[in-house]
Amino acid sequence: MKLPTPPLPKALRRRPARPGSRPSRNGARANGAVHDLRPGARERDGKPSSKGGSQIDRQRLKDQAAEVPVSIAGWLDERSGASPFMRGFMYRKVPRGTNWFYTLGSATMFAFLSQAVTGVFLAMYYNPAPADAYESISHITNEVFLGEFVRGMHRWGATVMVILIFLHMARTFFFGAYKYPRELNWVIGVVLLVLTLAMALTGYLLPFDQRGFWATVVAVNINASGPILGPYLADFLRGGAEFNAITLSRFYSIHMLLIPVLIAALIGAHLYLVAKLGTAAPPWMKAEKAKALAREEV
Amino acid sequence: MPKQHQQKTKQSPYAADRGIPAAYEGETVTRRRFMEVNAMTVGGIASAAFGLPALGFAVGPMFEKTTRSGFEPVGIEADFSDTDYTQKVITIVDDVGEAGKATVYIRRFNPELDRDHFRQPYIAISNRCMHVGCPIRYVQASQRFICPCHGGIYDFQGIVTGGPPVRPLDRFRTRVRNGVVEVGRRFSVTDALDEMYSPRDPSNHLNGLWKYLYPPRPTT
Repeated sequence: MKLPTPPLPKALRRRPARPGSRPSRNGARANGAVHDLRPGARERDGKPSSKGGSQIDRQRLKDQAAEVPVSIAGWLDERSGASPFMRGFMYRKVPRGTNWFYTLGSATMFAFLSQAVTGVFLAMYYNPAPADAYESISHITNEVFLGEFVRGMHRWGATVMVILIFLHMARTFFFGAYKYPRELNWVIGVVLLVLTLAMALTGYLLPFDQRGFWATVVAVNINASGPILGPYLADFLRGGAEFNAITLSRFYSIHMLLIPVLIAALIGAHLYLVAKLGTAAPPWMKAEKAKALAREEV
Repeated sequence: MPKQHQQKTKQSPYAADRGIPAAYEGETVTRRRFMEVNAMTVGGIASAAFGLPALGFAVGPMFEKTTRSGFEPVGIEADFSDTDYTQKVITIVDDVGEAGKATVYIRRFNPELDRDHFRQPYIAISNRCMHVGCPIRYVQASQRFICPCHGGIYDFQGIVTGGPPVRPLDRFRTRVRNGVVEVGRRFSVTDALDEMYSPRDPSNHLNGLWKYLYPPRPTT
């Protein structure tokens, strides 16, 4: 089944011509446009350059400038064929009753983007060596310009992301949006939740203060409590039998390379499925009956 | 449905019989199929060529013995009594600063109090709680080791008397050289205090059949 292409939003539609004006090259109309818009055309016509002529030149430049984004977008679109996809993705129809709760997923994604951006810049100053980690964090917080702000964004943003992802999950659960055909998206979402918590865990160690260190010791020992495989998992996380020199860099690598890539890829899959399947209407919305099927019984 | 099935079973294994152009006599694997399998195999080998070494690189430390093997002096014999614990700090892991240090509670072996079978001249008890690894402390007044995190309590011998810990406190090997007490490798124990097990993580049971669920690791 092929869905009809949604209409272009108003801002992108071509404006109708004003009465009495002539089309410019891109079809747009300029108010008070004259026959020849090339520079100096008036002079060549034998008429002296006047105030009116410079106005026309200005108008011509404006028209050209207005054309630039359109032609860039056109150039890209002609070569990538992205616009039907983007139109379907950005301007897809949503069910009646869609409300603010439906923005929790996007909010979580923006929390992730914020973490990704601030994290990349924190990595420019952070040093994951046991002897230097704490010092580099305190350098970021106390000396680097805006360091306290960027680190604060990352540190509190982590909490915000965890809260948002749980709220998003609750919305999905209470609205029944996990049901057929969206089960796979629920599963991907659960994996994203686990990865987000793994981010929170691995990031907690990085300031290398007492709290982070002991939280990590406890968390790794909880992993070790799993039967048979648990002790090996703990050894893998620590890179040895005890907390040692490579544990911090392992956590750092997992925190800033391994898991973010997985999260980004899974968010892509999550969004693809949302666009493909559409969002579910809230449970209090009744399905509309088609007029032809409705029957009045007296 | 059954008709289709019949058709499929009837299909000839020979490419020539199936009307595939330029098939030679006796050809069962078409060139297309052959190339598909080849491309997949080459791709798989290429992925494995970088994937497997990288994976081995990441899990390598799981199979290396990383615990310290030597002995570390902690003080002369006169520093320790046989009725009370003395607190000492030793280095368990090098190059990680404070994170590699651990507190040890040390006391001379006392034949009247101790019934263990480890034959160590000194009893050196690790401060790592056997619940999830918080640092415990010795409380002189009650002669108990107490964990601040989740309320684990151990008696004078390090045996659990309350709270969530799953086994007695780990101990360290000890020896005396030229009148100096030295502390060596960690070992884990059960309630019977009869056997020196290779060090297990906190939270790993060792009593009875539990020990088969928490096997010794290559790292210790």
